[in-house]
Amino acid sequence: MFGYYLDLALRSLRRNRMLTALMVLAIALGIGASMTTLTVLHVLSGDPLPGRSGSLYYAQIDPQDIKGMDSSKEPPEQVTLIDGLNLLHAGRADHQALMTGGSVPVQPEQSSLDPFYVEARYTTADFFSMFDAPFLYGHGWTAAEGEAKVRDVVIAKSLNDKLFAGANSVGRTLRMAGSSFRIVGVLDSWQPNPHFYDLNTGSYAYGEEVFLPLQTMLELRLDRGGSTDCWGNGGGGVGNILPSNDCVWLQFWTQLDSPAKAAAYQEFLVHYSLDQRALGRFQRAPNVRLRNVMLWLDYNKVVPSDVRLQNGLAFGFLLVCLVNTVGLMLAKFMRRAAELGVRRALGASRRALFAQLLIESGVVGLVGGFGGLLLAMFGLWLVRQRPSDYAVLAHLDLSMLLITFVLAVLATLLAGLLPAWRACQIAPALQLKSN
Amino acid sequence: MTMQIQPILAALRRHRLATLLIALEIALACAVLCNACFLIISRLQLTRVNSGVDESSLASLKLTGYDETSGVDLNARVLSGLRAIPGMQSVSVVNEVPFGEHAGTAGITLDAAGQHKGGVVEFYVGGPGSFQALGLKLISGRAPEPDDYQPITSFVPAEGSVLVTSVLARHLWPDADPLGKEFWCDKFHFRVVGVVAHLARPSGGEGGPDTIEWSVFAPAQPGKNLAGMYLLRADPAQLSRVLRDARASIAKIAPDAVVDLPSSQTIVELRSGYFQQDRAMAGMLVGVIVALLLVTALGIVGLASFWVQQRRRQIGIRRAIGATRGDILRYFQTENFLIVSFGIALGMVLAFGLNVMLMKFYELPHLPLYYLPIGALVLWALGQLAVLGPALRAAAVPPVVATRSV
Repeated sequence: MFGYYLDLALRSLRRNRMLTALMVLAIALGIGASMTTLTVLHVLSGDPLPGRSGSLYYAQIDPQDIKGMDSSKEPPEQVTLIDGLNLLHAGRADHQALMTGGSVPVQPEQSSLDPFYVEARYTTADFFSMFDAPFLYGHGWTAAEGEAKVRDVVIAKSLNDKLFAGANSVGRTLRMAGSSFRIVGVLDSWQPNPHFYDLNTGSYAYGEEVFLPLQTMLELRLDRGGSTDCWGNGGGGVGNILPSNDCVWLQFWTQLDSPAKAAAYQEFLVHYSLDQRALGRFQRAPNVRLRNVMLWLDYNKVVPSDVRLQNGLAFGFLLVCLVNTVGLMLAKFMRRAAELGVRRALGASRRALFAQLLIESGVVGLVGGFGGLLLAMFGLWLVRQRPSDYAVLAHLDLSMLLITFVLAVLATLLAGLLPAWRACQIAPALQLKSN
Repeated sequence: MTMQIQPILAALRRHRLATLLIALEIALACAVLCNACFLIISRLQLTRVNSGVDESSLASLKLTGYDETSGVDLNARVLSGLRAIPGMQSVSVVNEVPFGEHAGTAGITLDAAGQHKGGVVEFYVGGPGSFQALGLKLISGRAPEPDDYQPITSFVPAEGSVLVTSVLARHLWPDADPLGKEFWCDKFHFRVVGVVAHLARPSGGEGGPDTIEWSVFAPAQPGKNLAGMYLLRADPAQLSRVLRDARASIAKIAPDAVVDLPSSQTIVELRSGYFQQDRAMAGMLVGVIVALLLVTALGIVGLASFWVQQRRRQIGIRRAIGATRGDILRYFQTENFLIVSFGIALGMVLAFGLNVMLMKFYELPHLPLYYLPIGALVLWALGQLAVLGPALRAAAVPPVVATRSV
């Protein structure tokens, strides 16, 4: 029966090409626009580390002085160096890493290359295992090596390609900021989007090319980037003076493998704050937060509001297109009142007619979905020409491709419901008589 | 005309569903149209901010990579080297330029104890010659004098005579003469000696569009903490050539430094880059509006064509009993006008609702009421345009149709 109805649908669509084309066009435009923006939203609000992000938590504590205290306020978004080191050495989480970012000048051995700056991440040892950074060659440094301020560096694949033409460079020397570093590892292509572990660098399409032990950076006073927030007499952070302990400028990440551990860790942060207050360092009542990756991204509102606005607009547009399709479909079905009357008189049930008409709208949806897919690809190409940092990420993936067709067919079926129902209400006798 | 409305309404009552659908479509289009237009206009208004400086004559040149202790020496070499470039009118040291990266954002207070907050403002710190080079328009007080250029050990002078914008002066001292007033930034202390008409901060106002001109001009002596960023002034016609020469000559003047290219552009280029995002968004909104109007028009064409075809016999009968082509044409036009008007009435309510929703999520003011009649006019015109084709086809139906059975 399905095959027969499909045949009928195609015949009927061919009979009135103008109306069919209008419906397909409306669906294609609506689907194209909404899929373009939905894809951008999907890419931007995606999980940077699928499967892992649930057990990674960002710790916030409140070391500020009593001035301007408001218990409803969020604690600072980063930690001070002293608190970061205390939490790191406490080692209460399954894994933990203290980090900050910056940029360092690379002085290549090849005389053909001018010195250039690369983005750097200064971090403690657990960074690579916690964030599942894939190694192409070698490995990271150990916590003990980090504490010993070794001159070790892990470089990104792009830098390895540039300096060593992609060869295994582990063991070779890299001169940066006037010091020699031994390359201990080369990462494979790795760029979590959004750049969740440090959002101060820009949220999207940002990746470091060198990874150095934090303690080494502290000793060499390498250039820092990102944000520094101070209070009271806090200062420093200019040139090669480190920010004082009244400034937050580092990120502290933990890996906690079960919700119970996360709850225990939050408890630990409260106790830590109380201890520090007893010692006279902290002045405020404990104010701690422990958010996992997705909550942290939500809290920071990383998805640009323009993108949400565009998405809303596109769905408004899809709604207009659907109302439009309902109208056209109604016109189309009602025009076939006579034909439907004959079929009813010959014994077709209302249900059969209804199914037949819905199949017809499904076909329109499928064709419209295909048109919408082409339009969405064009739309994404347009998005990629834009200057935003996320523009390069706007690509359609398989799941979005499927969603396009499902959305198109569902939307058109929905649009076909009302007209099909109306058309099935026709009294067969009346139609037969008038002709 | 009025006589025609009764039968039209009667006919529409027999097509309640289709009528409702067109009206609904018009209503949705009206809501999206009004709000999208409003968004476009607000975006474009943002891009028209008055920076207060002679944008077309100015460019910035930023150096990085040099040893930070050699700032004084670097300034001396760069200033004398760049001044030798033909066509260069002036070179001065600044910390930032409008539409560039911000370098002097700080909170200020109106008392030494730091209790009475004045807001987060932008400190433009400039060496000798920079005030004149920027082309800031003084509206009261005096321009910086040679003695005002104080040495600095932090990001601003510790103590100094400064100029503020009129917007900031009104914000800090609403009812008083700002000249001679004092303010503090942590332990740094400033006294206002002049007020300039406009000076926009580099990266917009943090506290919304109203704070975009909360700027302070602080004269300072170039040195270790004020080095590496230069303001070039040349005749607009020669500016890009002068900037190109300046970038190239750095290799000779200061081989130890690297030109930071993204920050070394003319102010016009920086401005255009700064607003690229807003223009792109406005462009996308225009695209949505065009597509929306197109789809709405096509929907009207489709349904009107259907009605014309359905009523061929009736049209024929009307023609046979004396209606002119004009009567038939006007019938369909009036019918469309009625449906669209109904849609617009509903659409205005929807537009208002959508605006309230948008205001909840984005920093947007109320939709000005004059958008509604403009939106209505556009949709009426669109409806008439869309229905014209089918209506003309209806008018062309010959009376003889009445005598034929289908």
